[in-house]
Amino acid sequence: MTTQLLLVQALNGLQLGILLFLVAAGLTLVFGVMDFINLAHGVQYMLGAYLGASLAAATGSFWWGLVLALPAALAAGLLLEVLVFRHLYARDHLAQVLATFGVILFLNEGVKVVWGAAPLQVAVPPLLEGGVEIMPGLQYPLYRVAVLAAGIATAAGLWWLVERTRAGMLVRAGATNAAMVSALGVDIGRLFTLVFAFGAMLAGFAGVLAGPIFSVEPGMGDNVLILAFVVIVIGGIGSIRGAFVAALLVGLIDTLGKSLMPDLMRLFLDASAARQAGAALASMLVYVAMAAILAFRPAGLFPVRAG
Amino acid sequence: MREAWLPLAVLIALGAAPLLGFGGSYETTLMARTMILGMAAVSLSFLVGGAGLASLGHAASVGVGAYAVAILDAHGVTEAARVLPVAVGAAAVFSLATGAIAIRTSGVHFIMITLAFGQMAFFTASSLAAYGGDDGYTLYSRTEVLGTRLLEDRLAFHYICLGALALTWAVCAMLLASRFGRVLRAARENAQRVEAVGLAPYSFRLVGYVLAGAMGGLAGFLLANATEFVSPASLSWQRSGELLFMVILGGAGRLWGAILGALAFVLLETWLAQQMQHWKLVFGPLLVLAVIFLRGGLSGLVARRHG
Repeated sequence: MTTQLLLVQALNGLQLGILLFLVAAGLTLVFGVMDFINLAHGVQYMLGAYLGASLAAATGSFWWGLVLALPAALAAGLLLEVLVFRHLYARDHLAQVLATFGVILFLNEGVKVVWGAAPLQVAVPPLLEGGVEIMPGLQYPLYRVAVLAAGIATAAGLWWLVERTRAGMLVRAGATNAAMVSALGVDIGRLFTLVFAFGAMLAGFAGVLAGPIFSVEPGMGDNVLILAFVVIVIGGIGSIRGAFVAALLVGLIDTLGKSLMPDLMRLFLDASAARQAGAALASMLVYVAMAAILAFRPAGLFPVRAG
Repeated sequence: MREAWLPLAVLIALGAAPLLGFGGSYETTLMARTMILGMAAVSLSFLVGGAGLASLGHAASVGVGAYAVAILDAHGVTEAARVLPVAVGAAAVFSLATGAIAIRTSGVHFIMITLAFGQMAFFTASSLAAYGGDDGYTLYSRTEVLGTRLLEDRLAFHYICLGALALTWAVCAMLLASRFGRVLRAARENAQRVEAVGLAPYSFRLVGYVLAGAMGGLAGFLLANATEFVSPASLSWQRSGELLFMVILGGAGRLWGAILGALAFVLLETWLAQQMQHWKLVFGPLLVLAVIFLRGGLSGLVARRHG
């Protein structure tokens, strides 16, 4: 394991973390403001990736695909909210988990019907092809750098939106005490819909960005969803800041774990067993981290609600 | 219990089915699957409805039981007198270790942390290269009972599964009706008051969680023998979601609802899969509709009729 490889892996980890943040941001807001568990948030990420891929193929340009996929993801989110989720806000978490589980089954199968079961490949846009030299003799793909930059810019924009605007103030107030916000004369239903649609769009955005890096395939949202849940639980439900910190943490733990663990295991096991055991241990690391954090801080690193 | 005529009728029908011409390989396989998933669902219903602990990782304890069978099989241990206690014990120990941490949290966090532990078990199973890894493990033969090939006999296995299901139901019902169960139910309604009368909800919940896990292990033992195959998929979070859905579909308020839920789930899934390739397109929305409109579940419908 050289420093160069370590640096590349750390960058990959940050970039996974940024994508996770984009998915987790919507999830944590929806969760925090509406007290609503949306398992279907992962398929919205998948839908974003598919929309981006097919719109890019139709228009012949990744950028048009990106621009068109965002409103499409937003519309899909709104449609789901009106059709399904709206009827679940008043129900307990268990009902929400199960109903959104049904949405996952439907959409995972739906993309198979529309786009087929085989993974789609999305080409990196010509503008972002090639690499940048981050260290003498070390190239890192330009597209991944761009994803990192876009994610950080979005995170900054989101921070400004939540911390510095009136809408953001209402969202924060709603996360702390939704009933009080409603009593003060804010149309909480409209706020819910807005936050929801915005979250769906962010997840879709993450999906479009992920397209050229990961393969676009049915079920691609499931793993991201589980990781995003780990992120918001570690970060503290409803906290954007917590989601950001936890997303980077989870991204780094997962990526570095996957590259370091097999080498670490080789100290104790023979090569093939080390590869297998290392990969499994690496996949478990984020869950171990979550269990450890929850055992000591049951409300996460940055709890929003008092008590 | 007067309203429990329907699940009793279901058990009697399952008992009579092989004698009424439904004794073929296909029918008994389907019924075994129903009864085993029914057992897992009843033990989960004991947790969800009785103790108020909505676990999204119950498939893990079933899987631990199943993997115990596979691992012992690989080492030539196939005697039920040894395999069964190990399978049940392993699931109980797994539940004790994970429950000790998970039960410190509540509500959404409990759902998430059980999910995380389930994922850890899933990745551990995928890494067991010696026992098939991702591809799963095919048993050399079914477990022997006191040196005989009793479980290979289709009818005998059918009635063993039926007996185990009835036993699980009876044990869970007796537990809930006992003083222990009364404390569990009281803690579900108001943990503070339970503490005020001098009882620790934590230890009661933990014991309940371990008992449910042990019953899950029994279901896992039978599942491994029914399919003669064990794979990480049986520990996946989707499977946990399915178990939870069976409980809710049947109605979490009544233990026997889980039997109806499992029956309805398996029959619907099997029938839809025969009708069309993309059956999940129908199954998913049905799940959503069931959650939104079928409050109290199937057992609630039955109970209202007899109100």
